Amino acid sequence: MVVGTPLLEVEDLAISFPQERGWVQVLDDVRLRLHRGETVGLVGESGSGKTVTAMTAMGLIGAAGAKVLRGSVRLDGRELLGLSETEWRAVRGRRMAMIFQQPTRALNPAFTVGQQIAEAVRLHLGLSRADAYKRAVEALDRVHIPNARERAKDYPFAFSGGMAQRAMIAMALAGEPDVLIADEPTTALDVTVQARILELLKEVQRDTNIGMLFITHDLGVIAQVCDRVSVFYAGQIVEEAPLDRLLAHPTHPYTAGLLASVPRPGQHRRLSSIDGTIPDFMHLPSGCRFHPRCAHAVHGRCDVTPIALEEHAAGTARCVRADELSLDGVEQR
Amino acid sequence: MTLLEASHLVKTFGRRGHRFHAVDDVSFTLAAGETLALVGESGAGKSTTGRLVLRLIEPDEGTVRLDGQEITGLDQRRLRVARRSMQMVFQDPYSCFDPRIPIGDSVGEPLRAHFRLKASERAERAAAMLARVGLGTQHLYRFPHELSGGQLQRVAIARALMLEPKLIVCDEPVAALDVSVRAQVINLLSDLQDELGIAYLFISHDLALVEVIAHRVAVMQRGRIVELADTAQLFEAPQSNYTRELLSAIPTIGPNRLSVRRSS
Repeated sequence: MVVGTPLLEVEDLAISFPQERGWVQVLDDVRLRLHRGETVGLVGESGSGKTVTAMTAMGLIGAAGAKVLRGSVRLDGRELLGLSETEWRAVRGRRMAMIFQQPTRALNPAFTVGQQIAEAVRLHLGLSRADAYKRAVEALDRVHIPNARERAKDYPFAFSGGMAQRAMIAMALAGEPDVLIADEPTTALDVTVQARILELLKEVQRDTNIGMLFITHDLGVIAQVCDRVSVFYAGQIVEEAPLDRLLAHPTHPYTAGLLASVPRPGQHRRLSSIDGTIPDFMHLPSGCRFHPRCAHAVHGRCDVTPIALEEHAAGTARCVRADELSLDGVEQR
Repeated sequence: MTLLEASHLVKTFGRRGHRFHAVDDVSFTLAAGETLALVGESGAGKSTTGRLVLRLIEPDEGTVRLDGQEITGLDQRRLRVARRSMQMVFQDPYSCFDPRIPIGDSVGEPLRAHFRLKASERAERAAAMLARVGLGTQHLYRFPHELSGGQLQRVAIARALMLEPKLIVCDEPVAALDVSVRAQVINLLSDLQDELGIAYLFISHDLALVEVIAHRVAVMQRGRIVELADTAQLFEAPQSNYTRELLSAIPTIGPNRLSVRRSS
């Protein structure tokens, strides 16, 4: 059990984006706690709010024209929402860093990988050019890029996807941040490469005690790296639990549906699916946002008033029937 | 009964001195109503193999036979006729439809191109096929951007079915879809196979998925098939080191696949 002030704490976060016909609220009541040395997974389907949450925590949503309706994001107890751009720059990269799905697109093709990492080091740590470059080579070595001194002189096109993601991790760590946000960092990679990158991230965490927010749609990946998991659906967190409990005893029907839809050894010909489709934000269902697709929905209870994310005996979930349902998870071992 | 027979396919890209063997001596057969999965990592030659089978690209060497007819030797006119029995479904459905043409017209298009059917008849058959893949008639007049990825992939499947093909090459058909929707599309493909006896050449990097839906699996690495076996056999007793490496890298939410098998 982790105690004390969380490293990163998000409370009651609500975000709107401008659309042709006014504002659309895409996040509602998002809460997260991340401690040092811990990995919290954000899992959900596209458009569910995982990335918007991360972008808000990094102070990057203003650029998209988004508006914070309410809520708070605190780093070591200090409020980040409302910081000026200058103040943000001291946080972004330095205290919190981020890696993305497409590492080759995040690197500038016109500079060598070494130069780009050195630039980040210089910016964050204020070292001289020569010292910063030395640090960059060390950083590449630390993420196990073979022959780092020579590879630092290469341009990004000469890096494979896996190597480029290692370079991005090196760059993200250059500012010695406390929080690393990884947004689908292995989605574009082959499985064997993915396995090595996940191993590297775990190793980095052991060495630096960094807190990690890990965004993915892949429950298999979540199961490899996370300590706790928040499940997103239509802009809200519908369940929050320690990894083992989430997998073995899901409390929200959507979580159970997601787990069931993952292909399993020995299954034949058919996958378990969740009927229907994700609602769009302009036409959200009344009551529980999942109720039109939920086999357990009860008329008059699930479709009337908005449901809160609450601690039930069964677990923390946004479901009025949490304690009545006994949902199947995945047998562990 | 053997429907498809690919023999010693070779395809190289690049110029002299920098030739790269994308597909290097690949042979396999596919029976009617069967699913053969081609798995492997990016650059292994899976998609190139799929395209060679349909002759969307020309092989340097080797032959493809469909129902005994050699596809590789056909002239353009005969190839066009042969293509009625083989179709393809791609990963990104949004890039497979003309954004300015209503869904119903796109689905009916193969009937115009191949059989010169009247518009009213095409619309009728398109509506019936959309219903078959679980989409109502209201979708006939919608445009691609108005549909979700999962819905549009169903439309792509409907269009592929219009000419009653015997073979569909599915190139990562669910890789771009969300988890809950992916299951719907996979189940649709399974149901269609059971009812219509279509064969699938199913190209995928997702081994966990392949284990559920394929009858046989061919593992590709650097342009070659390194292992080809019945699905259960491949997953229970992989013969090549590369297959073992791939299997052990699959992130699972249950117990690890190989360790389970070893202990059981």
